[in-house]
Amino acid sequence: MTTSTIALAGNPNSGKTTLFNALTGARQHVGNYPGVTVEKKTGRVSIDDTTFTIVDLPGTYSLTAYSLEEVVARDFLSMEKPDIIVNIVDASNLERNLYLTLQFMEMGLPVCIALNMMDVAKKRGISIDIEKLSSLLDVPVVPTIARQGKKGTEKLLEMLACEFNGTIGRPSINISYGNDVDQALMKIETLVKEHGFLTHIYPARWTALKLIENDDQILQLVREHQAEKGTGETTTLFMEKVFNVLTDLASHLELTLQSYPEAIIADYRYGYIRSILKQGVITQNHDRSRLEISDRMDKVLTHRLLGPAIMVTVIYLLYHFTFTYSEVPVGWLESIFAMAGGAADSIMADGLLKSLIISGIIDGVGGVLGFVPLIMFMFFFIAILEDSGYLARVAFMLDRVFRVFGLHGSSVMPFIVSGGIGGGCAVPGIMATRTLKSRKERMATLLTVPFMNCGAKLPVFMLLIAAFFEAHRALLMFLITIVSWTGALLVAKLFRSTIVRGEATPFIMELPTYRLPTVTGVIIHTWERTWQYIKKAGTVILAISVILWAMMTFPSLPEDHPKYIGNSNTTMDANDEHAQAALRHSLAGRLGTALEGVTAWAGFDWRINIALVGGFAAKEVVVSTLGTALSLGEIGEEETLSLARTLSQDPGWRPLTAVSLILFTMFYAPCFVSVVCLAREAGSWKWGLFSVVFNTGFAFLIATAVYQAGSSMGF
Amino acid sequence: MGQINLRHMKDKQRGTIRMIKANGEMGRRLRDMGLVPGTEICIQGRAPLYDPVSIRLMGFTLTLRNSEADYIEVEVEQ
Repeated sequence: MTTSTIALAGNPNSGKTTLFNALTGARQHVGNYPGVTVEKKTGRVSIDDTTFTIVDLPGTYSLTAYSLEEVVARDFLSMEKPDIIVNIVDASNLERNLYLTLQFMEMGLPVCIALNMMDVAKKRGISIDIEKLSSLLDVPVVPTIARQGKKGTEKLLEMLACEFNGTIGRPSINISYGNDVDQALMKIETLVKEHGFLTHIYPARWTALKLIENDDQILQLVREHQAEKGTGETTTLFMEKVFNVLTDLASHLELTLQSYPEAIIADYRYGYIRSILKQGVITQNHDRSRLEISDRMDKVLTHRLLGPAIMVTVIYLLYHFTFTYSEVPVGWLESIFAMAGGAADSIMADGLLKSLIISGIIDGVGGVLGFVPLIMFMFFFIAILEDSGYLARVAFMLDRVFRVFGLHGSSVMPFIVSGGIGGGCAVPGIMATRTLKSRKERMATLLTVPFMNCGAKLPVFMLLIAAFFEAHRALLMFLITIVSWTGALLVAKLFRSTIVRGEATPFIMELPTYRLPTVTGVIIHTWERTWQYIKKAGTVILAISVILWAMMTFPSLPEDHPKYIGNSNTTMDANDEHAQAALRHSLAGRLGTALEGVTAWAGFDWRINIALVGGFAAKEVVVSTLGTALSLGEIGEEETLSLARTLSQDPGWRPLTAVSLILFTMFYAPCFVSVVCLAREAGSWKWGLFSVVFNTGFAFLIATAVYQAGSSMGF
Repeated sequence: MGQINLRHMKDKQRGTIRMIKANGEMGRRLRDMGLVPGTEICIQGRAPLYDPVSIRLMGFTLTLRNSEADYIEVEVEQ
């Protein structure tokens, strides 16, 4: 029994993930590459006596140090040294796919080609001479149809078993890049060899090639190398010599061809591929311009007028199905946790432990699991949209709008899911930012989606509207939606010109052919993302939930606190009054009272402050905490109306207070479940903390500005 | 035959790329996607707000913003 590692590599949309699923089935493990947020999927497959560990590398078009994905893929290939690299190549799109293949070969890696989607190629009238391709490139090539699962990958498995026994050859390929580049390449290669620079990791020619290509990572290594070895004569000489050759080459090419070394290298690579394909590898059976089904679909789906109309419908349906269908399982979970709470209530004696178990732990676990159906449904529908190729069209159609704010066409989905139409949830919204590939745009989206009006903020708005603006419900809800979008987009713009500033990431994106998503693909996709949420967020969320419970419980009222105070009347039950006193006495209550001096600027008294602290657990808690703080006792649905009545009659409240509170609730710190997810997705706790501090500051600024302006105008 | 900027190509117009004027990251991205001199392209269409543009090359569809299309000079069939 031997084990060996296979790396799956290839272009995005080449069917790489489908092939990975077909090979490993459900036996996969999702993690991260060390130190980065790029997903690392591994799985196992056994052939005869050999167990293969299969690593699914991120999909890339090239192996420059351009994106995180490319660096991750490259580092894995050079450091971990997998035994075989299976390069998935889209048969219907050979020319561009082989560009990556050439780069594997130039790295001297043991590569073999899985020529995927042979069925699609055949339908398009393309036939490929596999043996010829294999002999011209001098690498093994096998046809696969990953969508057909085991059946479509038989040949690949056979070859892997057999190649492994015979040890797969390392290709030797020396592409000519024209006289000028070739000469410089030779000079640098010699220097690299003489100096032994990185020769234990990469072939010298490849290192030389990367230096000519102006590769950031390798150039950085040269500098580090010098720093490490000190400014000894040989090292300095090495650097000097290398940079001399590079500058000479660059200025010579600039002068003679008005071009750059890396451009020339790319041109020659494509030239090499074309020369191979022209030797009878591809036969085109009918006219290329034949309007394919996918093009015909695009005619409708990205049509100037129909396109946006269909898109709005699709997004609405996604939203509708996610939140409607998840209602039932969410209901089940809620009743299970209510039952657990009830059971604990009846079995246990009153006291702190009981309170901890019910309010801290059961509510905390319930809080985590309560989101699970939502996340599952959302990822299920998004996986369908993504795998079918439609999501790329949405980005295509909306990019022009979102670019104005420094975002990307793909930002729309996270915003909508987070509550862009009102009543979403920021947790799945934050996780939906994964469909964004460009880092800066993704960060700006990630940090602003919590401004959307999620389902938990709605009860707060409803309460305040019912109390003060009952006659203008619809108008107010509409305004609230507009304000949150405006706020989110403007803040995104602010972020893109400050903390994540920089040029817009190029929108050079493939519009993949429309495909029917495979059932297994969608299910695996949905499940792994849901599981990640449960596993990663679960523990932290439970801990914070307990901390929040403690903040609102401790320090408890002294034993001798009078339980029944005289002025209780019919509306103010003595028990409720006791709860109010206890809450005020707790850490959260003291915090609220201490902050009153500041929050008075926005029109908030200590009771609102406590409610807002409670809202950090979940926004809807604002309503129930407000109830306790106003000593109304437990607030259920029926009591909301009476709470609204109390508010509208309370001398401390006026319509302006409500407006200020609505604005604050809309923009302040995301609930801690969102914060945990945000920190995970952004890759650092720093960002979670940032969103809490920034959002609260921003919300306070807006609320204060409105409250003060309103007050001075006499509202 | 004339050489024009990709931005100015009409829908369904065909042409052959003659020059990519971008350097650095942008240039690298364009080349990685097969946009190199000699590649034949055809304009597939434009987004509802006339930007980005979608083009067909080597049997796949690619989108670019107009600001990125500016770097690409194409020889077109009139």
